[in-house]
This record gives sequence, structure tokens and C-alpha cells, in this order.
Amino acid sequence: MRGSRCAVVLLAALVACLLLGATGFAAKAKAPSGAPYVIGAIFSITGDASSLGIPERNTAEMLEKSINAAGGINGHPLKIIIEDDRGDNAEALNAAMRLVEKDNVLAIIGPSRTGTTLALVSYMERKEVPLISCAAAIQIVEPVKRWVFKTPQSDRMAVHKLIPYLKQKGIRRVATLSDNTAFGKGGLAEMEKLLPAAGIAITAKEEYGPKDASMESQLTKIRGTEAQAVICWGTPPGPAIVAKNMKQLGMKIPLICSHGVANATFLSVAGSAADGVVLPAGRLIVVDQIPKSDPQKQVLESYARAYQAAFKKPADTFGGHAWDAVQLLAKVLRQTGPDREKIRTAIERTKGFVGTGGIFNFSRTDHNGLSKYAFVLVEVKDGKWTLLAQ
Amino acid sequence: MGRSSKVGDAASLTPPRGPAGANGEPGEIRSGMAPSVSSLLQYLVSGVTLGSIYGMIALGFTLIYNSTGVVNFAQGEFVAYGALVAISCSTTLGLPMPLAVLAALVAVTALGAVLERLAIRPARGSSVITLIIITIGASILLRGIAMKLWGPDALPMRHFSGETPMGFAGASVLPQHLWVMGIVLTTMIALWLLGERTQVGKAMRACAADREAAQLVGIPASRMVMLSFALSGMLGGLAGAIVAPLAMGQFDMGIMLGLKGFAAAILGGIGNPVGAVLGGVLLGVLESVGAGVRSEFKDAIAFGVMLLVLLAKPTGLLGRRAQ
Amino acid sequence: MKRELKRYQAIGLVAMAAIALPRAMSADYQLHLAAIIGINTIIVLGLNLLMGYAGQVSLGQAAFVGIGAYASAILTVKVGLSPWLGMAAAVALGALTAAIVGVPLLKLRGHYLAMGTLGFGMIVHIVLVQWDKLTDGTVGIMGIPPLSAAGVALESAPSMYYLVALCVIVSTALASNIIDSRVGRAMRAVHGSEVAAETSGVDTARYKLQVFILSGALAGLAGSLYAHHVTYVHPDTFGFAYSIQLVVMAVLGGMTSIWGAVVGAAAVTIISEELRQYQEYSTILFGAVLMAVMIFMPGGIWRGAGDLYRRLRRMRPGRARAGV
Repeated sequence: MRGSRCAVVLLAALVACLLLGATGFAAKAKAPSGAPYVIGAIFSITGDASSLGIPERNTAEMLEKSINAAGGINGHPLKIIIEDDRGDNAEALNAAMRLVEKDNVLAIIGPSRTGTTLALVSYMERKEVPLISCAAAIQIVEPVKRWVFKTPQSDRMAVHKLIPYLKQKGIRRVATLSDNTAFGKGGLAEMEKLLPAAGIAITAKEEYGPKDASMESQLTKIRGTEAQAVICWGTPPGPAIVAKNMKQLGMKIPLICSHGVANATFLSVAGSAADGVVLPAGRLIVVDQIPKSDPQKQVLESYARAYQAAFKKPADTFGGHAWDAVQLLAKVLRQTGPDREKIRTAIERTKGFVGTGGIFNFSRTDHNGLSKYAFVLVEVKDGKWTLLAQ
Repeated sequence: MGRSSKVGDAASLTPPRGPAGANGEPGEIRSGMAPSVSSLLQYLVSGVTLGSIYGMIALGFTLIYNSTGVVNFAQGEFVAYGALVAISCSTTLGLPMPLAVLAALVAVTALGAVLERLAIRPARGSSVITLIIITIGASILLRGIAMKLWGPDALPMRHFSGETPMGFAGASVLPQHLWVMGIVLTTMIALWLLGERTQVGKAMRACAADREAAQLVGIPASRMVMLSFALSGMLGGLAGAIVAPLAMGQFDMGIMLGLKGFAAAILGGIGNPVGAVLGGVLLGVLESVGAGVRSEFKDAIAFGVMLLVLLAKPTGLLGRRAQ
Repeated sequence: MKRELKRYQAIGLVAMAAIALPRAMSADYQLHLAAIIGINTIIVLGLNLLMGYAGQVSLGQAAFVGIGAYASAILTVKVGLSPWLGMAAAVALGALTAAIVGVPLLKLRGHYLAMGTLGFGMIVHIVLVQWDKLTDGTVGIMGIPPLSAAGVALESAPSMYYLVALCVIVSTALASNIIDSRVGRAMRAVHGSEVAAETSGVDTARYKLQVFILSGALAGLAGSLYAHHVTYVHPDTFGFAYSIQLVVMAVLGGMTSIWGAVVGAAAVTIISEELRQYQEYSTILFGAVLMAVMIFMPGGIWRGAGDLYRRLRRMRPGRARAGV
């Protein structure tokens, strides 16, 4: 008797909870015609991708303040509602649904990673809400989905940027060492496709886990092949540990990294082992060395200064992806007003948008808008990022 | 292996090649050769170093298991806090290394004691699975606090006595590797002496062997529990402080380390301290060799072999009775 | 017999409430959450049978969910099978894997078994990541087609919710039947003392395996439902973290109870969702809440709520606190 009564009581309590949550939900998802322009942002603020999500979140909050301080968007205040997906694909979907149905957002920025982004695609397409992702994988925009865009550069462009450098240095045989996340695997896939076609053989393909403490075994194996360089594809701390292990093992061949290490963490963790590392990167990390004539110079300088002032840390490329997404939306909103379809079309028609990651030229078939010119080649010299002659 | 050449000047290397092709194209490049002795030795060096750390973490699991029957899921977080406190003390506060390590030790010992007092003591008498879930909650809580205090990024730590590698029969050994192995060995000896020669240690061993009998002869079980948590904290904190120069400190480093420490404790036979360290070293070596064999599957190799061992010996290598 | 009747009454009441739910919900989001809770409930039901009744710990249940989810995904997206066939395959594969893995693993006891299931889970995750010809690795599989009934695609949130609710009710009835049956009594005997059970002639190995296979089948079913509901699968969804979350749901709800499965799944999902707004503090808060609930309601929420209810009914101040 108690069992069934308790069942009803508990179920009623559960329903009550869900209903209470329901009070915040509007009956129909129609774009708001009131004052604030509301957009949503989903970042991995907690969980294992938080080194990506936190700078992105910081940047979004910073921009919200500065845009509103400058009068908002055509007089309308900008409101960015930030949700944490905890690095989990299922939670990212929950967050997206909450933003679209409870907060009626005009568009969503983020998430920070490939898995969390792809989890949202079918929902965003079904609900017809624009999504500007801060994740890198090429599958986000290839094949093109009507409502999905991304701001980070693709691995393909990074590899394309490296090939002339490798050829110039006479490097014909490389070993790859990539982490087993979507980012590392994505880079590996591009390297497998593009390097042999350019006459560069891959002598060894090794992998490591993103939280591994030592890559000595993989490097020992690489040392036994005839690789002339190691290309490491991952985000810190992995590549920093690789750099240190290489030094420890006395390996003299050069270490080339991906744009995933274009942040201060890599330098601080790798220390002197970072010297000599070459990588393709957005211009943000070498902003002081970019000539004044470069169209990105002003945007980069203002972002770098503002971020440093607000958070007492140097700006990094992850935050830059969020900057590009927010500013792109703000620019588009100024033209279109609060209409999701118009926003989507306007983004697609945007040309020459100057962001931190590069200069964006979107089109119906290109929802990333960047090319290999978004990258410059950078070398670490004396613990500092140094722009290489292109 | 490991020919030296000037940085960036790769043209001077000449690879061993197979026979040239019919049209004169260069022969296929020989790679993936069987590992040489020096390679194997290198796998051993990194494997034993990492394995010692797993062993120390496993020891922490064993101590708490012996006094409460509980698997402490927050053990990995003890290691993380040890690393992060040591990093803060040496990098931010500029304390000399021995003091930083000592501070880490003391801090995490206290953390272990606090955890016992606030989370375990009130739930005394609950089932083992309930206590385990409490430790899971504690690990989540501690990870969240660590991220707030130290941020999400990895943090470096200075090596104790420099980073100049030493050659040893073709393998390269860092001073830090020796520090890790040495400190773990010393700790094991110290713990053994504690167990053999001191009253407290003997009491703990009695508790581990048979809790009820120990209580009958007047050994206070609750104090033993507190002691085991504090000691586990110390071991975890020390492990974190000495591995941080190699592995970096990060708020979530405890997840994988705790998992592998638990696996090591099981592999060695949960409840057996010698087994714990043995299991740790074995797991470290398996992982290291696995990475040399097929790096994509290194964890699968390590866990796979571990499962095979368990199936052959269901109570672990040195396990006594079945739980 | 009387207890069975009461249980079926309760199931009936719950079923009616479940059917009425979508009318009270105006947004896809809430029905989606309810569906996720339902999916987790099915898995936790299996876990409860395994852990609570048969006393066997599984730290790798997410692997069976992943096997079911990927079976559905691969068979529908890559092979082009009908989603219902895919679901049947998912359940079968979950059961089959549990059977194959269970025979050697169930020779282990206690924490050794826990480690064994954990190792199995890790290996499955690695296979999902590395066997990318089959699974597309870390990119995941997108565009999983919906199930359809009578020519109508079950795509909308309410329709998916009804399907999940139906599966939950069926699974609950099944689990309930088992607990009251001979198998259930045998399982409880095994849990109490394996040695004693064996000496009374209970074939413990067989019963343990049967429960393990059932839990694998349920997890496979849940995985398939998840795949068709979210239409995207990725290896990281089915890793160690999810296995731990499932065990937490099971224990939090109250392991030896059918209702505990619903309560545990709902509690963890809802608390998690509500805490999300606190960003960095959500982890801290969730850990604290989990610890507090387990300290003050060590038998799980279901039993703790029942105790609270009893205490409030009696309201005798001198009575000792139940459950501590």
C-alpha cells in the first residue's frame, strides 16, 4: 500500500518540478520584438574542455559589455545567455533546447568542440536557428548545412600552410603524433590525405591520450624510423609534454605543431623545450609583429588589449573564435534586426569580415569563410612567438 | 638510432631503403622495425617511473580499503591537490622545492583527514556502496574547487634537480625519474617499518587482517579509519608533488590517475600493499610497452592484459581472500 | 499475490500520469528531458537488478548502451536497415555481448568484478574511437533516421516521449515480474550470501549470468532509443563518466527498488540541469548535494523519502532516526 502511494507522491513531485520549470517557457517560439536582442552561447566551461570554454565565455561576456556600452545594436541592448555544456554532447543538446525554447534566442554561438557541435546540428536545422560554432572540425561545414556556420580555421588549411614550409626545409619524411580526440584525429586525417600527395611520406603515425603524462614510448619508436620531423597535433598539455620528451630523448629533428598550441599555456608548460617549434597560427599571437598595413591589425590589437586588461591574461585563439562569432552576429544584426532567417542569409552573404581568426568570406557553399591565408607561420624563439617570413 | 643532425637541416639524413623500383624511383622506406634493446630499456624507464606513481596511488586505495572496505574514488583528487599545491608553493610563492613538497604533503594529509571527518564519519554504518558514492561526490566537489582555485589550464613545475638527461645503455633517464623511483621506494620502506616496528602500524595491520578481532582487543576502529584516510592523503599528495614536473598539474589530472591507481590496486590484489605497488609498476610498464607497440591501442593493451591476469587469477596477483 | 497486485496498481497509476504528462508540457525541451530520464531509467532498472538484487557491481554499463546506440546508428545509417530491425539488433547485441563477456567476468567477485567491467567499458570506448571504418570514430554518426509507426515518423518530442515511456513501463513490468519470481528469489539469495545460496542448490553462476544478460539487453534498448531520439552518436557519450553517472543514479534512487530507478534517473538529470546555470560552481554544488543526500539518506532517495513520510505520519519525537 505504501509502495503505490509513495509512487504517486513522488511522481507528482517530479511532475511539479518539471511544471515549475515550465513557467519560464513561452508557448510559441517567435522572435522577440521587444528591446533586447537575445543570443545564446554554449561553451564547455567545466569538464575536460574548459581551457577552451573559459576564454570563450570570458570573451563573450566582455563583448556583451562593450557593445552595450557603445549603445548596443541600433539602440537595442545585446543580451548573451551563456550555458555550460560541461564538455558533454547530451548536455549540449539540453542547453540548446533550453536556449531556443525558453529564452527564444535569435542565434546560438558555440559550442567549443566537435562532438558537442555535431550533437546540435539536426535540432538547429529542425528549429531553423542559426548556429555559429567555435569548434574546428571540417565536418561541421562539410557538407554544408543551411543553419550551421563556424569561425575556427580548419585543419586542412593548417596542413596546406605547412606543406610549402616542409618542402622548403627539405623535409620529405615526417612522423605524426596526434591525440585521440576529434581535433587530433581530424588533423591526422588531413595529413594522411594531403602530405603524401605533396610528396611527403609519413613514416610513423603515433597517438596519445589528451591526459597522458609521457609520450616517451611513441617518440622512441619514431626515433627508430627515418622521420626528419615530428608533427604533433593536439592541444596543451600534450604537445608541451611531447616537446619536453623530445628534448629529454635527445631528438634533434624539428617539432612542428598544430594551431592548437597557439596559446600561452603551451609556452609556459613547455618552457625552453618550446624553442624551435614551428606552427601555423592565427595572427593573434604575433599581433605586435604584424605590419600596420595588415587589415587584421587593428581588430587584433584591440582584442588583445581588452582581454588582457579585463582578465589579466593574454588573449588566445580560443577566445578569438568566440570574438569572431559574437562580432559577426552583431554586425549582421545591425543590418537585419531580430529575424532568424534574415540573420542566416546575411551571414551567408558576408564578405570581408575582419575577425581575429582571419578575414571571412562566407557563401552559400562556404560556411567557414576562411582559407589558408588565415594562417601565418610562427616559430618559438627564446620563449616568444616569432612571425616567420611567409 | 637517434642520429644527430642540425636542427632543421633534415637533408643530411639517409634512410635505409628497400630495392629501387623498376623506373628508378627510390625504394620503400623501412620503418616500424622491431624495437632495439635501447628502445625497450626506454620503455622500461618511463614505465617504471609512471608505474611507481600508480603504485603509490594504489597504496592509498589499499590503506583505505583495508580499514573500511571502501574504494575511495577521491584518491585521484588527492594526487591532483598534491601537484597543484606543490606548484603554487614553488612557482607562485617561490618556496624552495623541499618546502613546497612538504607543504603539499601536509595539505593533502589534512584534506584526507577532513574528508574522513566530514563525509565518512557521519555515514559510518552505511553500506559500502553508499560510502563509495559519497567518495564519488567528494571527488566531483574537489575537482570543482580545484578548477576554481587553479583555473582550467595545465601548470608546469620545476624539476627537482634540473632537466639534464643522463644516458644509460642507450636510454635516457631524467633526474626526476630517479627522484620519483627513489621517493616511492623510500616511502614503501618507511611504511613497511611503520607496519612492523610501531604500535600504530601494527594496529593498522591488525585492523586490515580482521577488523572485528582487532576491535575485540581494544584497537579503536574509528581512529584507524581516520589514520588511514590521512595516510592515504599523504601518499596521494606526495605522488602528485613528485610527478608534477613530468606530467604537469591540472585540476582534472586525478580522473585518469585515480582510475589507473585503482586498476593497479586490483591487479596486485586489493588489500595487499606489496601487491598494490607491484600492480602499479606492472601497469605502468604495460602501458609504456603498449605505446611502443601500437600507440592507438595502448590503453586497450594495458586493460586487456590486466583483464587476462584477473581471469587467470581472480583475486589479483598477490590477493588473499576473495572480497 | 497481494503485493503483485499493489505493484501493478502502482504501475498503472504511473502509466496514466506518464500519458498525461505531455499535455502539461508546452515545450520540446521538457519532453526531451523526460525522454532522457526515461532512457536512463531503463538502464538503471537493469543496474538495480544487477547491483541491488544480484549484488554484482558494473562500472561499465555505458559500454552496453553504446553498443546498442551504435548498432542502431550503423545499421540504419550505413546499412539502410529499418530502424525497428536496428532496435531489435541493438537489444540482441547488448544481450549477446553481456553473455560473451559475462561468462569469464562473472567469475570475479566484488571489487574485482567492478574493475573487470570497468576495463571492458574502457576497451569498448577505445574500439568505438579507433575502428573508424565502422563507427566514424571521433566524428560520430549523424542523421540517424527516426523510428516510424504506421507510416508516421516518430520525430516530434511528444511521440518520442511516448515511445520511451512505453518502453519504461514494459521494462518496469518485466523487472517487477522477475523480482517476484523464482529467478528473483534466487538472485536475492545470491546477494545475501553466494556460499549459502550454492549450498541450498541455487545455481548462482547461471542466475548471475541471466541478470547480467538482461541488464545488457535493457542497456542496448536504451542505447537504441537514445540514438533515434538525439539522432547523433559519439564515442565520448558512452565512456567511463556515463558509467559512473548511471551507478550514481542507481544508488541515489535506492538500489533495491524499481521506483528507485525512476527517482534516481530523474533526480540526477533534473538536479544537473538546474545547477547548470551556476557554471563553474555547478560541479562543486553537485558534488556537495550528492554527498549530502547519501549521508542523510544512505538507502537512497526512495527509501529516505519513505522513511521521512513514515516519520511525519507518526510524529513521535522520541523515536530514533530511521536509517542511521
